[in-house]
Amino acid sequence: MIIHHPLLGPRDAAEFYVLGDAALIDRPDGQAEDAAERFYGYLYLRDNPAGEHRELWYHEQGDRSWLVVTRDTLTHEIKKVELARDVALQKGRGQ
Amino acid sequence: MHFSGFKIIKEALTGHKGWKPTWRTPDPKTEYDIVIVGGGGHGLATAHYLAKVHGITNVAVLEKGWLGSGNIGRNTTIVRSNYLLPGNEPFYEWSMKLWEGLEQDLNYNAMMSQRGILNLCHSDAQRDAFARRGNAMIMAGADAVLLDETGVRDMCPYLDFDNARFPIRGGLLQPRAGTARHDAVAWGYARGADSRGVDIIQICEVTGFQIEKGVCKGVETSRGRIGAKKVAVCVAGSSSRVMEQAGMRLPIESHVLQAFVSEGLKPVLPGVITFGAGHFYISQSDKGGLVFGGDIDGYNTYAQRGNLPVVEDVCEGGMAIMPMIGRARMLRMWGGVMDMSMDGSPFIDKTPIEGLYFNGGWCYGGFKATPASGWCYAHLLATDQPHPVATEYRLDRFRRGRMIDERGAGAQPNLH
Amino acid sequence: MTQVFRIEGGLINRAKPLSFQFNGRAMQGYEGDTLASALLANGQRLVGRSFKYHRPRGIFTAGSEEPNALVQLREGAFQEPNTRATVAELFDGLTARSQNHRGSLEFDLMAVNDLLSPFLTAGFYYKTFMWPKAFWETLYEPVIRAAAGLGRLSMEEDPDKYDKGFLHCDLLVIGAGPAGLSAALLAGRSGARVILADEDFRMGGRLNAETLAIGDQTGADWAASTVAELAAMANVSLMPRTTVYGAYDHGIYGALERRTDHLAHSNGKPRQVLWRIYSKRTVLCAGATERPIAFGNNDRPGVMLAGAVRAYVNRYGAAPGKRVAVFTNNDDGWRTAHDLAAKGIAVAAVIDVREKAGVTAPNGVESFLGCRVVDIKGRKGIKSVILSNGQAILTDCLAVSGGWNPNVHLTCHQRGKPVWREELNAFVPGRDLPVGMVVAGAAKGEMTLGAALKDGADQAAEVLTALGRSVPAGDRPTAEDEPSTGTAFWYVKESSKRAWLDLQNDVTVKDVKLSQQEGFRSVEHLKRYTTLGMATDQGKTANIPALAVMADCTGKTIPETGTTIFRPPYTPVPIGALGGRARGRNFRPTRLTTSHQWAQDQGAVFVEVGPWLRAQWYPKEGETHWRDSVDREVKGTRRSVGICDVTTLGKIDVQGRDAAEFLNRVYANGFAKLAVGRVRYGLMLREDGMVMDDGTTARLGECHYVMTTTTANAVNVFRHLEFCRQCLWPGMDVHIISATEQFAQYAVAGPNARNVLQKIVDPEFDLSNEGFPFMACGEVTVCGGTQARLFRISFSGELAYEVAVPARYGDAMIRALMQAGAEYDAVPYGTEALSVMRIEKGHPVGNELTGQTTARDLGMARMVSKKKDCIGNVLSERDGLNDEDGLALVGFKPVDRSRSLKAGAHFVAKGKPVTTENDEGWMSSVAYSPELGHAIGLGFIRRGAERHGEIVVAADLLRGELTEVEITSAHFIDPEGERLRG
Repeated sequence: MIIHHPLLGPRDAAEFYVLGDAALIDRPDGQAEDAAERFYGYLYLRDNPAGEHRELWYHEQGDRSWLVVTRDTLTHEIKKVELARDVALQKGRGQ
Repeated sequence: MHFSGFKIIKEALTGHKGWKPTWRTPDPKTEYDIVIVGGGGHGLATAHYLAKVHGITNVAVLEKGWLGSGNIGRNTTIVRSNYLLPGNEPFYEWSMKLWEGLEQDLNYNAMMSQRGILNLCHSDAQRDAFARRGNAMIMAGADAVLLDETGVRDMCPYLDFDNARFPIRGGLLQPRAGTARHDAVAWGYARGADSRGVDIIQICEVTGFQIEKGVCKGVETSRGRIGAKKVAVCVAGSSSRVMEQAGMRLPIESHVLQAFVSEGLKPVLPGVITFGAGHFYISQSDKGGLVFGGDIDGYNTYAQRGNLPVVEDVCEGGMAIMPMIGRARMLRMWGGVMDMSMDGSPFIDKTPIEGLYFNGGWCYGGFKATPASGWCYAHLLATDQPHPVATEYRLDRFRRGRMIDERGAGAQPNLH
Repeated sequence: MTQVFRIEGGLINRAKPLSFQFNGRAMQGYEGDTLASALLANGQRLVGRSFKYHRPRGIFTAGSEEPNALVQLREGAFQEPNTRATVAELFDGLTARSQNHRGSLEFDLMAVNDLLSPFLTAGFYYKTFMWPKAFWETLYEPVIRAAAGLGRLSMEEDPDKYDKGFLHCDLLVIGAGPAGLSAALLAGRSGARVILADEDFRMGGRLNAETLAIGDQTGADWAASTVAELAAMANVSLMPRTTVYGAYDHGIYGALERRTDHLAHSNGKPRQVLWRIYSKRTVLCAGATERPIAFGNNDRPGVMLAGAVRAYVNRYGAAPGKRVAVFTNNDDGWRTAHDLAAKGIAVAAVIDVREKAGVTAPNGVESFLGCRVVDIKGRKGIKSVILSNGQAILTDCLAVSGGWNPNVHLTCHQRGKPVWREELNAFVPGRDLPVGMVVAGAAKGEMTLGAALKDGADQAAEVLTALGRSVPAGDRPTAEDEPSTGTAFWYVKESSKRAWLDLQNDVTVKDVKLSQQEGFRSVEHLKRYTTLGMATDQGKTANIPALAVMADCTGKTIPETGTTIFRPPYTPVPIGALGGRARGRNFRPTRLTTSHQWAQDQGAVFVEVGPWLRAQWYPKEGETHWRDSVDREVKGTRRSVGICDVTTLGKIDVQGRDAAEFLNRVYANGFAKLAVGRVRYGLMLREDGMVMDDGTTARLGECHYVMTTTTANAVNVFRHLEFCRQCLWPGMDVHIISATEQFAQYAVAGPNARNVLQKIVDPEFDLSNEGFPFMACGEVTVCGGTQARLFRISFSGELAYEVAVPARYGDAMIRALMQAGAEYDAVPYGTEALSVMRIEKGHPVGNELTGQTTARDLGMARMVSKKKDCIGNVLSERDGLNDEDGLALVGFKPVDRSRSLKAGAHFVAKGKPVTTENDEGWMSSVAYSPELGHAIGLGFIRRGAERHGEIVVAADLLRGELTEVEITSAHFIDPEGERLRG
């Protein structure tokens, strides 16, 4: 597969480490009242869709960017690649 | 129809006119006691043991394709019970015992061949981990032998001992492990279930569950509604897609595992060999093909096909450990969709929806588990109690912190 | 034997005769021959035996689809099983042997299987060999295994080298037949970067095998001149002998180039090169494969595809027979008769299943319309064929044509499904092609030369437009459309004899019918039950006729019956080529520390630690056992001072205004208040609450920390930190970089450690216990001004420091340290002594940190802060991780102090059976403690913390040892830590 890195252009997927579902960005608040239940859902349950899937890839053999890749799990077509940091910031994650 | 050498001789002399279809092709009834969703190895084994052990025969197995078309028909056929953890080892050893009597039970030759599995180790720490595992196996009634380098050399002199990046220090051998003819396992169970009255319905896709007030009453299918007192799902790589129809999210991701077979060769390998410092395992089929594989590709997919980096990684492992296979040619590569769970271990459990049961999360170890999975699932369906060797395979174990993580890789399915 | 079947003409180089051997018999051929054409020229028609019935077999095709003519090529370690004689280029000195027979090829003892064939029908083995049970592995299976398989491996290491490479292009053209050449020519003229790959050693495809003309040139001449034109273009790469074997995601193709297979010796050059081709667009021009018609005894040597007969006659100048008959359902068959006649070969008859044919036979050749071949006489070679009208025709070769199948394989590698074209009686590529691929020519169903040439150029033009290039004007090659009609005719129903579908695996029409009778009706069931299409040719000539038979049995159409999935590779690829150079010591890179050479000079024994090589111990003269060396190193360190290379530990530089808070979140214990100039032990959890890693982190400045990780986890931890930084807390001002390779680091441990370091560290730095206490750190200079970092940390439990210098000074540093330590008898120590000392101190490492271990298991539950939000603390509170009865890391001593301990042993209560039910835990690490004078161990046991003093059994059933052990503290030596603070 080829991933179009937003900063570096097309790169072979073999340069990357794939973590999985981009929902792993949405780490719950550890101090929340129902933190235990929220962390259980966050860490263990997956949509695992057959179709469009947003997932985290890490450019380990490259510039160390974490990327959010939107890829179809039926065809492997990649529709979008973003810097995970940008996605996280858009989601309101800060410090 | 009973199969035997005499039957073959009789048929050969009379023009093979007496052979009957191995299973019927019935139309679905409107209602069953139990509907099993998924006509793969586990579903068919469940049906067989429901009928044979529990006397429950008003059962249908629904298969969206042709029976045995999932992972039972595309795996590398390894049978073993060399597990470490107490939540796993007794289950897999029970499976091994069922394998050992399978042909006689089914009157079908699944070619279970106990030529052993040898896991190679390359460091002291790896040897210590194998010792821990081997002792756990023996404690659970399985067999295990710890080999030093000489022991491995005697057994497999063609491995690369002298010029290896990761020298072979020894290995853990399970002599009773081996391989079986994967398709025949599916066919044998199908024949066993069918002959006891189970309806195996092929080309019948489940499109929804009929759930009323938290109780599952049947399934919607491409061939109409089928009522059931209990619905038992076991669809491996399709687990998330099917259970989503019941509103459930699972601790499972779907990944592709590639597998490979070489051209036919005269016998070279005794049993199964796995390489502890690379991603490679290999055996040789009765037909002569080297059957081998390695790691999953690592990305979520339902595509039943993989990509080149893993293909090359696997072959690098092969050449590193047994460079004599360099001139053998890879004949075919394929992929299967694996239901990778969050700790690498499976589920055989009730769901929060009454009457709906779930079996899945087999990762790429489902083939060897087929008999015990069927046996334990049938037990759960018949008695509503988990079988004693499958008590840990619960869906809520992550909430409770009772992971069964053989590799210690944590909640990341592509590492298991 | 002379080349009695050699005829005139062809594309072979008669100026270059070549000698070769088949089954020990010397023969001659020419450059340009394949082994198959040379064998035919020499009249060798029996070349192998079939898989199951050991039937005599001859050459069936002239290409990579060959099911029969498999040979063992070359000798010794170069021996190569299952090579298709039809694609093996002849070279001088070639040796080949036939396969799969016991006794000689002519008199194979295993041929008895053929007599037993009524008993050996499809799937017979599923129904028998079950009684008595023990006989399967002891008798039946060994016999089956010995009989199965085809060629033999040498069992020696493959002596050849293989390379890998990457190629990029605008346009990849797969196949250099008429369509491919036409496409490549247009694309080449446009200036696009073109790769033209073809599996053959001579480009041109069927043009080289046929007598068709393009303009006023012969097809073969046009091909040669086109190849020459392409070769002159700088933007075009020609890759003959290159099989594109698979289509992968996003326009990536796998290709195998054979570099030296056509030479007698590889002479150190790579035998083959495995390419990954990255293409923007691909034109698949893979052509078509002829299929046979099934009839009685149609597997006899001398039965050959009609197209192959034309190839041998026209391209290779080799006659497959002296008197050839043709059996066809289409016009191609008739062309075969004309080509033969033109070469002066007698044509016995043309038999066409059709009542009418739009073509005619050559003068004087008898033709039979509406007629079929029902049987063949002659066992090791055809003597005559029997027709449906009862007539016998004397012939020694039967050319069979059942029509052509487009080679759709690569269009299906991404699960695309081919579609049925009724007028062609064949599957053609469907709509769901791999992204970027178009298909042209016969592969698409354009079955005539004229159409193929036009389609190749048309498709290339479309692709060029899509790529934003202008389509060059100018002449495009054209040709007349030859007659190419045919009819659907698959097998001769009135044949009473067995009729073969899959020649290699011995699957007959009867087998398919039996499969249907027994309920194996889906294509995949048929394939798996009968083994149809699972031979080395992947059923290239067998699958479609078999589908037709199945469709006939079930009353369905062929498209309703479906096809099996086409999987890569298109033709088999050697495992050696897929492995490339990554074998032996080059399997994976080896990482060395900068003082590796020094350690080597000391005679160190090295051990693999992840990707690193580390000194395990340093043997001295007179030491006969590794324990001698290790004990000496431990004693020397504890008594005076020892020096250890700890460079391989992961080192991560953490900087930024929020660095403190960042560390506070990634470590389970508090890091917010670590003072500048201080070091703290850090426990890192995964989000699931299990221990991920541990190490020390030093605060070098207000916003500057340096973290150490274990050697094994350096990469994982770094990745994890980047994840936290970029994905979880993107607003934090924190930056990290791996500094593992930038610093060489040495532990100096033992009572004299300070004395040694005072000679190394420049005098302005105060190393006194007050000035630089335990867990202090700082930036210093050493050896007169060299920048260094000094940490007062201890793994050994002794007074100890670690000193880090820029990696380029590593070698100088270790030498300086050893020199400074000489007066204190400083010893270098390796990983074994390190391990002994850490076990004596109860420090967990990889053996304990298995990813299944909680902080609680390690007795560090109190380190996990509940007051802050950090990775892993929420889920670490789950019940299952806080079991009252849970494991705890403790120490173990053998009750009989003279006994050794074994890692991997499990603990059971005294007197209890050693079973899973009684399993209380396991021994993770063991060592002999030179200081205590007996074996010690670390291990996990239930409620260990409260059981000190209790005696349990350490059971090592694998090695037959049951050892009584006493549970103790894990801190065997200096439990109060007085030494390290001294």
